[in-house]
Amino acid sequence: MARQSLLEFTDKGIYCSKGKFYIDPWKPVDDAVITHAHADHAYFGNKHYLAHHFSKEVLLYRLGDIQLQTVAYGEKVMKNGVEISLHPAGHVIGSAQVRVEYQGEVWVVSGDYKVEDDGISTPFEPIRCNHFISECTFGMPVYKWKPQIQVFNDINSWSCNNLQHGLATVLVGYSLGKAQRILQNLDLSNGKVYTHGVIENTNEALRRNGILLNPTERITSDTAKDEVRKGIIIAPPSSVGSPWMRKFQPYSFGYCSGWMAIRGAKRRRAADRGFVLSDHADWDGLISAIDATGCESVYLTHGYTASFTRYLNEIGFDAHEVHTLYGNDEDPGITEEAPAFSGNESASPQPSPLERELDSGANQVPSFGEDLGEAEAGGSA
Amino acid sequence: MKAFAQLFLSLDETNKTNEKVKVLKDYLTAVPDTDKMHMLALFADRLPKRQINSTLVRNWAIEASGIPVWLFEESYHVVGDLAETMTLLMPQSINSSSKTLTEWIAEINSLADKTEEEKKTWLLNSWAVLDSQERFVFNKLLTGGFRVGVSQNLVIKALSEISGIEAPILTHRIMGNWQPETYQYSQLIQEKDDSDDISRPYPFFLAYPVQETSEKQKSAEELKDSLGDASEWQAEWKWDGIRAQMIKRNGRIFIWSRGEDLATDKFPELHPFLNDLPDGTVIDGEILSFKNGLPMPFNVLQTRIGRKNLNKKILEESPVAVIAYDCLEYMGEDVRYKTQTERRLILEGLQSATSFPQIFNISALIPFSSWEELSTIREQSRAMIAEGIMLKRKSAHYQVGRRRGDWWKWKIDPLSVDAVMIYAQKGHGRRADLYTDYTFAVWDGDKLVPFAKAYSGLTDQEINKVDYFVKRNTLEKFGPVRTVKPELVFEIGFEGINKSSRHKSGIALRFPRILRWRHDKPKEEADTLESLKALLGE
Repeated sequence: MARQSLLEFTDKGIYCSKGKFYIDPWKPVDDAVITHAHADHAYFGNKHYLAHHFSKEVLLYRLGDIQLQTVAYGEKVMKNGVEISLHPAGHVIGSAQVRVEYQGEVWVVSGDYKVEDDGISTPFEPIRCNHFISECTFGMPVYKWKPQIQVFNDINSWSCNNLQHGLATVLVGYSLGKAQRILQNLDLSNGKVYTHGVIENTNEALRRNGILLNPTERITSDTAKDEVRKGIIIAPPSSVGSPWMRKFQPYSFGYCSGWMAIRGAKRRRAADRGFVLSDHADWDGLISAIDATGCESVYLTHGYTASFTRYLNEIGFDAHEVHTLYGNDEDPGITEEAPAFSGNESASPQPSPLERELDSGANQVPSFGEDLGEAEAGGSA
Repeated sequence: MKAFAQLFLSLDETNKTNEKVKVLKDYLTAVPDTDKMHMLALFADRLPKRQINSTLVRNWAIEASGIPVWLFEESYHVVGDLAETMTLLMPQSINSSSKTLTEWIAEINSLADKTEEEKKTWLLNSWAVLDSQERFVFNKLLTGGFRVGVSQNLVIKALSEISGIEAPILTHRIMGNWQPETYQYSQLIQEKDDSDDISRPYPFFLAYPVQETSEKQKSAEELKDSLGDASEWQAEWKWDGIRAQMIKRNGRIFIWSRGEDLATDKFPELHPFLNDLPDGTVIDGEILSFKNGLPMPFNVLQTRIGRKNLNKKILEESPVAVIAYDCLEYMGEDVRYKTQTERRLILEGLQSATSFPQIFNISALIPFSSWEELSTIREQSRAMIAEGIMLKRKSAHYQVGRRRGDWWKWKIDPLSVDAVMIYAQKGHGRRADLYTDYTFAVWDGDKLVPFAKAYSGLTDQEINKVDYFVKRNTLEKFGPVRTVKPELVFEIGFEGINKSSRHKSGIALRFPRILRWRHDKPKEEADTLESLKALLGE
């Protein structure tokens, strides 16, 4: 390669050598720009963090006492002559795409994103750029989402039906993002919303951040079970099949995830109902988002990277597959919210609050640290 | 079709048996009688004959979805189900159709004499008027992979609750030769059976395993605790052949296999003995390959299963005979209500009267006076070419389906070997998009030689871990198959081992499965081909 790219893929994460900062690094670095607060993007151990205002309290809650600078969407930050700005990614509250500009060349790192307005995250905005680094978690044409209003109509009539049949309603979705999206779109006339502790911790962090959420009540050992059973329970994936959840029997449990689009994945979860609701872009969403950037080349970081890259090249994009530690690869067997620290001793001097509260059962992921060989093999762009 | 598609969806949406029965009853009361019979046929594994071969269906679906062939194939590996893949990839339809299930199946059947072009036009037009849930069940009907996640028993239960006819009677009535086009619902639910189907078999009585899994062995002591006094039981060898019901009525003979396939023509050697039986006789037993009056291992029989034409060579190399163990009908009377001992006497009477004693064998009773003694005898199973021991309560009637209580199978421990995983492939159904199908190898010198494929035996959590390993340790990809770094060691169990000229390793295993993941063993300590071959016993 004639000259060094503005952004390159290293064994620590996406790196800007001109600006001397990393974007979503998975190994400790001095200067990290964070797209959003999910565990596979915001790791512990960096000296300095830059993120959106709305990510502030969640990051502090998850990572503890970190040195954190937050900015608004569109606000410009200079680092060693490189201009950085954050732009809405529509993935979860506070999620951002990172725009990096130097001498007229523009790169955008998408983080995770969805193109539909979920009514709670600031909606995705396409950013013109020369080079776009995109996720493709659902980069297969079998993944096509329905508008969320249809999905919530199904959810609301199902929860209404549960109530009539004496069943508690349990909705499962990950604690940052899906839980609030569910909360804000539920028909609250069906009942009061009760939350699992992991989710309520996140809700509280968001409320400290000034986000207005519908009222919820944390389920504790003192909460009257009969009352909870008349309401709607929101719980994280780790609680599925746990003694905590069994307390509310008889219940019907609905799993909200993009993976629910496939019958086999739904059956594997043994969910009573699978609601196809994702915070990632679907097949058409990914292609339209990439197209809207007007980019010269696109780099696919996680998801069905091989197939999606091949298809993009066939329809005329200059697409490249890169290896990162984001997402769960193509793995629907494991929750969308990767417990990033499990097993990765070097990066994890203390477990995150999330990790501490997770059941050790269904969501155990083998060490992420083993993957560095592949990350190196992915090479620089 | 809308009602049927909704039925399928509703059944998918609950894991609770009572809820499923309710959903089935709601469906059955809502649809016309002809739809009821078609639904019953589908749930009893009687699909309409495949009128368009699945390659054509697939190709036309690819055309309709407007994506490249390779992307369709990759999507299929993600979804793990062809009908569902086609459904997900096609554009939404704008129009709809109110045709019933009966009408759709009639249309499918009428394709038989159509040209390929006509079939294509019909199929594309059909897809265009079905919503995605309807399309899914429609594609299932077309491609013949109709698995519903609901047992026939549940459908019978629902039907029984609606009609007031007892479940075992209904189960019996839907055995044998019937077509949903001609067998009417009103006939099915009549008080008195007026069927003139002389070929109709009885539902098979199936044994429950004494031990749920091969790892949980039961001691003689435990058997005594759960089964009581040994003198109340009769014991036989558990034969490893094809379970079959053999019928002689009105001068005609029929052989049914357990999968409810009429297999009369596949076993010509049995015809003389069956013709020799008195009219109104139904015998339950096992068909096995025999040589010099002794049963041979299953793999010998396997060479003739599935053959359309039985040539002279096959008939000579793998001649079959019957080991009978029960009599269900005698002198035209259904004798299933009689006790095991009474039926046994009838069977012995029939066998002693046969002119073909080398074909019509009887399953010998194993004399034993205590569970300890039987437990010792069981050790000889392999030498007897048997899978273990069958236990039947002497006072038991012949029942319907798999029931706990009166018939038990006490299988021998599987053979086992420690092997290294070398290839992995994604699974289907609920294991779609996960690497769950593995190929295992043993050492031959310093090389690993593949010898078996196995799909089952790990927990979901273990599967997730192996899947994770596979994705990060892929050496090569061949289509859907990945070559993985040889590292993980598993204990593979199997029921038997035979020489095979078709396999690289020179051996073939019967029922290989994963017994456990040997985290404690490095790959160097896996077994060798030599040690496997030693099990051949020759």
